[in-house]
Amino acid sequence: MPEPAIEVRGLRRTYGRTVAVAGLDLTVERGQCVALLGPNGAGKTTTTEILEGYRHRDAGEVRVLGTDPAHAPRRWRARIGIVLQQVSDLGELTVRESLRHFAGYYPDPRPVDEVLTRIGLEEKADARGRTLSGGQRRRLDVGLGIIGRPELLFLDEPTTGFDPEARREFWSLIGTLRAEGTTILLTTHYLDEAEALADVVGVISRGRLVALDAPHDLGGRHAGRAVVSWRDDDGARRSEHTDTPTRVVAELAARFGGEVPGLAVSRPSLEDAYLELIGGEAE
Amino acid sequence: MSELPGTLRIGFSRIGVELKQLFRDLEAAVFTLALPMILMIVFGSVFGGQELGGTGVTFAQYFVAGMIASGIIYTSFQNLAIGIPQERDEGTLKRLEGTPMPQAAYFIGKIGQIFLVYLIQLALLMGIGILLFGVELPGTAQQWGALAWLSVLGLVTWTLLGLAFSAVPRSGKGASAIVTPVILVLQFTSGVFFLYGDLPTWMQQFAALFPLKWLTQGMRYVFLPESAAALEVAGSFEMPRVALVMLGWTVLSALLAWAFFRWRRRGDG
Repeated sequence: MPEPAIEVRGLRRTYGRTVAVAGLDLTVERGQCVALLGPNGAGKTTTTEILEGYRHRDAGEVRVLGTDPAHAPRRWRARIGIVLQQVSDLGELTVRESLRHFAGYYPDPRPVDEVLTRIGLEEKADARGRTLSGGQRRRLDVGLGIIGRPELLFLDEPTTGFDPEARREFWSLIGTLRAEGTTILLTTHYLDEAEALADVVGVISRGRLVALDAPHDLGGRHAGRAVVSWRDDDGARRSEHTDTPTRVVAELAARFGGEVPGLAVSRPSLEDAYLELIGGEAE
Repeated sequence: MSELPGTLRIGFSRIGVELKQLFRDLEAAVFTLALPMILMIVFGSVFGGQELGGTGVTFAQYFVAGMIASGIIYTSFQNLAIGIPQERDEGTLKRLEGTPMPQAAYFIGKIGQIFLVYLIQLALLMGIGILLFGVELPGTAQQWGALAWLSVLGLVTWTLLGLAFSAVPRSGKGASAIVTPVILVLQFTSGVFFLYGDLPTWMQQFAALFPLKWLTQGMRYVFLPESAAALEVAGSFEMPRVALVMLGWTVLSALLAWAFFRWRRRGDG
């Protein structure tokens, strides 16, 4: 079995008296796409930046691609890609110039034209960075993140401020990278984004990882109580919480002698599971 | 696995990027290149004609030497002390730190950009001095040699000071409000806008602590006739002393840059 892409044990980081990360454990296998969810200040960005080698840690063991990021050589940097939050540099260079320049940092870069196609900016190849829209700008950031053919890609809140269409386009871009086997660690505020992109969702709350599971299973969601609802003869909406929704539906079907009016069966949503996991912290 | 690209190769490619970023950003280009030209033309024309005490040198010529010395500060110190805080805000430095670029390549890019822009600026300022104010090109090999070593020591010192000072502004937006007054005070006290010999003694002593005064004095040796030495406080251009002070400042500024330069904003790490 190959070693995991990311292995974190007992990670701690404090700022003065504030504990940002309080004993966090996390394993990301090669080829996985893992999304970290959590409220602002939960420790997502601090954790990610420690893994990227930007921040030091106070305690704990961290291995990223088999190396401690705090003492990582250039060769390690050539194997990871980082898409930062809120950068506005490279305004005066064209998209192509930026990609070509950064390609020169890596031993085996992707061809610039291939990256341009992939990020869908062929038409904007000769436009200056500052003239790009928010979504285009972010795609350029991803292009710069993948130009060096990284084995592991970090995406920090990549679609904040996107309109729904730009968000879908961005997701499909990340989807193709995933399909090629790039390991991805993503932080996001959007539950639908985590559900759409990630194999595994980790929930961070108060500096700890409180859950790590497939989006469908998070927080025991698949086994959670279902709600069966229907419309009764008098037109009133009725519902029943149950662990055995199939039996309830069968009984209803027998009672109505066929179609049950307005029938719906729902499980807790990812949002329900998430809010349950982070407890009262959202207040 | 193929080899990582070399530091020099990446450094040279950074020089290209630095030049593009500067010349395509109108505001930065004007601030760095055009400002000293405008100042030279305006001040030179206003105070130009008067001859300075039977030396055969006009104030305009005295001022040309001072502006060429100031040009070193504009292209290096001002450029970095304002530009690097902006780069920190925009995420340039953070992005670079996350790539396999060797940090030395970043400095090669800055130094290359600074030297090239300085050469362009020197040519422009000398051209204006010659065409408008009757300054003559240096006449002796010693003067040309002095121009070369003054330029190199001045650029290296003020580049290092710019790296160190880039830690001072809290944000890119406020940087010019902090950096510009520092430069103006040095210019006023170092004999750029006024005759150094006419300044109060305490002001002269203050300016003598900093390298601009010596750089300006050296440039007067390069661009003014020997008769202008009579205008100097010491009665000569004191070139050995200029060299010594500039060398001392080069060492000191290297220590300051090493101690204060940082890739990240304060508290970000």
